[in-house]
Amino acid sequence: MEQVIANGLYLGAQYALIALGLTLIFALMNVLNFAHGQMYVLGGFVSYTVYGQLGLPFVVALVASAVTLAVVGALIERFLFRTVIRRSHREESTMLLAAGIAFFLDAVILLMFGEKQRGVPKIMDGVLNWDFRIIMPYDRILVGTLAIAAIAGFILYMQYSKTGRALRALAQDRVAAQLMGVDVDRYSMIGFALGALLAGVVGGLLVTITGVNSGIGGPISIKAFMMVMIGGAGVISGAIAGGFILGMLESVGLSVLHAYGDITYLVIFASLMVFLAIRPQGLMGKPWG
Amino acid sequence: MSRGAQIGLVAAFLLAVLVAVPWAIEASGRWDLYYTLTSVALLSIASAGVWLTFYIGRINIGQGAYALMGGYVSAILVVDYGISFWLTLPAAGLACAAVSVLIGLPILRLRGVYFAMVTLVLTEVARLAALALPVTNGAKGISNIPLPGGISLFGLTLIPDFATLANVKPAFYYLAVILMILCFAGMYRLVHSRLGQLCRSLQQNEELASSIGVNIAYLRVLAYAVSSFLGGLGGAIFIAISRSVYPSSFAVQDSINFMLNCFLGGLGYVFGPMLGTLVLYFGWDMLFLAGQWQLLIYSSVLILLMVWLPNGLFSIRLPRRGGGQP
Repeated sequence: MEQVIANGLYLGAQYALIALGLTLIFALMNVLNFAHGQMYVLGGFVSYTVYGQLGLPFVVALVASAVTLAVVGALIERFLFRTVIRRSHREESTMLLAAGIAFFLDAVILLMFGEKQRGVPKIMDGVLNWDFRIIMPYDRILVGTLAIAAIAGFILYMQYSKTGRALRALAQDRVAAQLMGVDVDRYSMIGFALGALLAGVVGGLLVTITGVNSGIGGPISIKAFMMVMIGGAGVISGAIAGGFILGMLESVGLSVLHAYGDITYLVIFASLMVFLAIRPQGLMGKPWG
Repeated sequence: MSRGAQIGLVAAFLLAVLVAVPWAIEASGRWDLYYTLTSVALLSIASAGVWLTFYIGRINIGQGAYALMGGYVSAILVVDYGISFWLTLPAAGLACAAVSVLIGLPILRLRGVYFAMVTLVLTEVARLAALALPVTNGAKGISNIPLPGGISLFGLTLIPDFATLANVKPAFYYLAVILMILCFAGMYRLVHSRLGQLCRSLQQNEELASSIGVNIAYLRVLAYAVSSFLGGLGGAIFIAISRSVYPSSFAVQDSINFMLNCFLGGLGYVFGPMLGTLVLYFGWDMLFLAGQWQLLIYSSVLILLMVWLPNGLFSIRLPRRGGGQP
């Protein structure tokens, strides 16, 4: 049982970090970023190149992932989303754009890195073994801790920095923020870059454990959507809660239901739909997002 | 547009798809185009369903679930129970509509991205359910589905047995195109009826519509059921053509494509899904020549189209105003 909880916490920390980026972009721009999973994959491949291929320290690789994705995110916001939001009659049109970007990133990743599963050398050897009740490799513990540290850093940044305050104002009410003198365009770009950066960081962290391949972007996006729905779209605490809840469900489900075959996800999906029928805005979301 | 011009356009379209296209294919010997065009027709039927949910203001990324379900219903009825394919078509549609009422009642309370995300998850649920349920034969799926049989009334053959035809492709083409025409004629009628006006009121403001006395709960379930009916119908015929169905026959990717078809054609135009499907499907097919660059070119064009024409291809006809402001 301890093992299940430890696994759940470890998964949850990563999931929460993925969901944070998605929910941030949603809160700021009302954009459902289909390309989030692809951004994650891109981050993984940048880390793979810098750490696995070039042999630079892992920290450099992580920073490289974060910076690359932040730049990509900023460019996407500045040149694509801003234009479409301005010209479109219906704001849902951004979904087509997001899907197009997801395809585009998929294509770029496929062309640059091929379709093989890529892994990197372990960042840390050894296994923590607590009386055979919890067995967990050290590198997983390190990655989990880093993920939690990143989440904490992100919350502090949003809470206490000037940028964070502007972003929160933007998320609450775009027009009001603009009237109070917040440079909406600039902070939208920063927010999008920050969301993409988070995806890059998770990708960079996870490449050391699970490796990365070009096909996992879509499934990651779907998981991120689920976490955001559990917690409530556009709410930071909700995304974190959703991530940990999904991680826990997965971990518990895999250990309890494995006797019945591959139905863990079916059960999770089905219970999610029942949950949303009762509470449409998720745990902490605002009604009607 | 005057009434005469409208009738002329419709007649020209019918002539083109029912006479000119088959003639051109026979003349040029490009038989593979039949398959492509049949697929376009079927996918545009399913996309029309998605379009209808857009019309009531919901983003539906779950059409793949109903297409898959329609395919399975038809395949199971034909293979396990020996029922005629022609009877399983409405059965597949109605089964999907019935299920969509059950699912729709709770989830149609959701709006915006919440609804979009739930429907996306729904596609995944359908795939996993198809893998897990005993009746669907798991990952192996159902293959060797027989071709549709004939229908005759009083000894008069209305539809020949597809298995006896020398070339089954044109038969499926006519089937798909005729259904597509019926479907879009129905959609046009629906949108321009009182019901369509009410649906549009939902799109604009549900609370306001409700306060005036529109039964919004009934309307949105109705629209969703029609949408799922079309999804099931399209899926069932698609399965009959490929003659096999697997849990991955319709996946998340297809659900997203159905939605993209509607966006590309334009959400404000009834015939948008048809044009969108044609452009997307043909574009993808033609880019096959580009080899490994296929996805890159396709997605770049998609992005550029969206940046230039965010309101769909049909919006080209709208008069342009300065700066592209709506």
